[in-house]
Amino acid sequence: MRKFKEFIIEKLILLCGLASIFFVLLIFLFLLKEGLAVFNIVGPFKFLFGKSWYPISEPPQLGILPLILGSLLVTAGAAVISIPIGVGCAIYIAEIAPLKIKETLKAGIELLAAIPSVVLGFIGMVTLVPLVKTVFHLPTGLTALSGSIMLAFMAMPTIVSIAEDALYSVPKSYKEGALALGATHWQTIWRVLLPAASSGIVAAIMLGIGRVIGETMAVMMITGNAAVMPKSILVPVRTLTATIAAEMGEAVVGAEHYFALFAIGIVLFVISFAINVTADLFLHKRQ
Amino acid sequence: MRDPYRTQRIAFLLLLLATLLIVIPVGMIVVIIVQKGLPAINWQFLLDMPRQGMRAGGIFPAIIGTIYLVSGAIIFALPIGLLAAIYLSEYSKDNLLTRLIKLAIVNLAGVPSVVYGLFGLALFVVFFKFGASILSGSLTLGIMILPVIITTSREALESVPYSFREVSLSLGASKWQTIRHIVLPNAIPGILTGTILGLGRAAGETAPILFTVAAFYLPRLPDSIFDQAMALPYHLYVISTQVPNVDEKIRYGTALVLLALVLFMNLVAIIIRYKFRKKKKW
Repeated sequence: MRKFKEFIIEKLILLCGLASIFFVLLIFLFLLKEGLAVFNIVGPFKFLFGKSWYPISEPPQLGILPLILGSLLVTAGAAVISIPIGVGCAIYIAEIAPLKIKETLKAGIELLAAIPSVVLGFIGMVTLVPLVKTVFHLPTGLTALSGSIMLAFMAMPTIVSIAEDALYSVPKSYKEGALALGATHWQTIWRVLLPAASSGIVAAIMLGIGRVIGETMAVMMITGNAAVMPKSILVPVRTLTATIAAEMGEAVVGAEHYFALFAIGIVLFVISFAINVTADLFLHKRQ
Repeated sequence: MRDPYRTQRIAFLLLLLATLLIVIPVGMIVVIIVQKGLPAINWQFLLDMPRQGMRAGGIFPAIIGTIYLVSGAIIFALPIGLLAAIYLSEYSKDNLLTRLIKLAIVNLAGVPSVVYGLFGLALFVVFFKFGASILSGSLTLGIMILPVIITTSREALESVPYSFREVSLSLGASKWQTIRHIVLPNAIPGILTGTILGLGRAAGETAPILFTVAAFYLPRLPDSIFDQAMALPYHLYVISTQVPNVDEKIRYGTALVLLALVLFMNLVAIIIRYKFRKKKKW
């Protein structure tokens, strides 16, 4: 009897172990099921590179290039801001900060990671957006730049904690060797620790960027939601994620618009899958 | 030749600057929300229905909705997540399957939250015909927090020393008895930490509940799990972008309640982890 009970429990454990694979497949399957129908209306090439997104005009124009460019623009801006600051902060925490300050800083970074994106979006709306408007003398502060700055903050906890881990796991002997040869602490960091931790740092940056591309609420609240081809970083844009979140409420289940939004979901899923698999390869290279 | 110590001073100064550029805005965000939100907080705000199209009254149904959603998510995700963690830490071998499972967990954690929303819509709302309901939302959030729970629980289980298992097995206990009576009890604080972090994540997410549960304005409490519900993060989104002329105090107040809820959970998790580390017997 006990043998039988254990047999059942162990099978259950195996089943749950497989649950993650099952759910990833299930997500992809259902995105495909609902999204692929859009290609009966518009070809894949025209869908990805069409320049106009007017999903409710007659006939609907379903080109997501403006949305892709919107996402890229916001993400590139966020990367430019968050990579140097995030990696710098990781080096500071891992190497320079005294022990007590180190713990406080780590808690602060965890705090930032915990703030819900809708709260960051709200705070961006009331502080950053008016600021961007006045500084650049714009008709509206709801721009790609505002989105980039806010998203940089959401990428930083990921970048800092993974990069710090990577720096921390460099064998102590590397550092001791460099110092013993007369290198200064900074020379050791720059010439020895950073190269040794480079694959972990690359993974940190990729995962941070992955977080930015997938971010929805904050970006929807502060980038202005204009689904047109962006001409500069100081105009309103709309990202892939914001388009889904903003328009799914109006889309009728089973209509072209509905299929198109799921197809955008497929694009996002594929992007995040590619980023995560590559980052994972970099993380494993280190070991 | 340049003085290497001068270079070092400049470099360290820049690194400190980078750190301050993160820490100071975080502090400012929290201070602004607390400062402007605190005057709005009173029992009436917390325990009253919203009135006049959300321009007055309280946020009670949103708080209750969030509690329902988060509880539902954890009821679904904790058993699966814990058993998956047990599989990875106690049963899995170093083979392709394990590698695939780990990769799947990483990917599950990386799927954009709005894609979870789409998935929940397609599977629970449309395919299973649960409609926009607490059930659909809870299940969607549950799958979303699964990676958090698996990863933290696995770390907790793996940090139980191997010798504990050897002793138990050598005394004649079976593998499952060892896990049930030796490994699990010693890993509980870590599992608890992961669960609370998962709760916090679920409480703050908006995109997954947009199309699966969230009601724009529903000034009553949900009757069953097949009912729609308001939720705090969605409510904050609605009153800050969709409804004009909402008193600023109500917006900040709502943001404060949400932030306090999420940060409180994280704080509890941090404290449990800290106490556990101090008490560790090995």
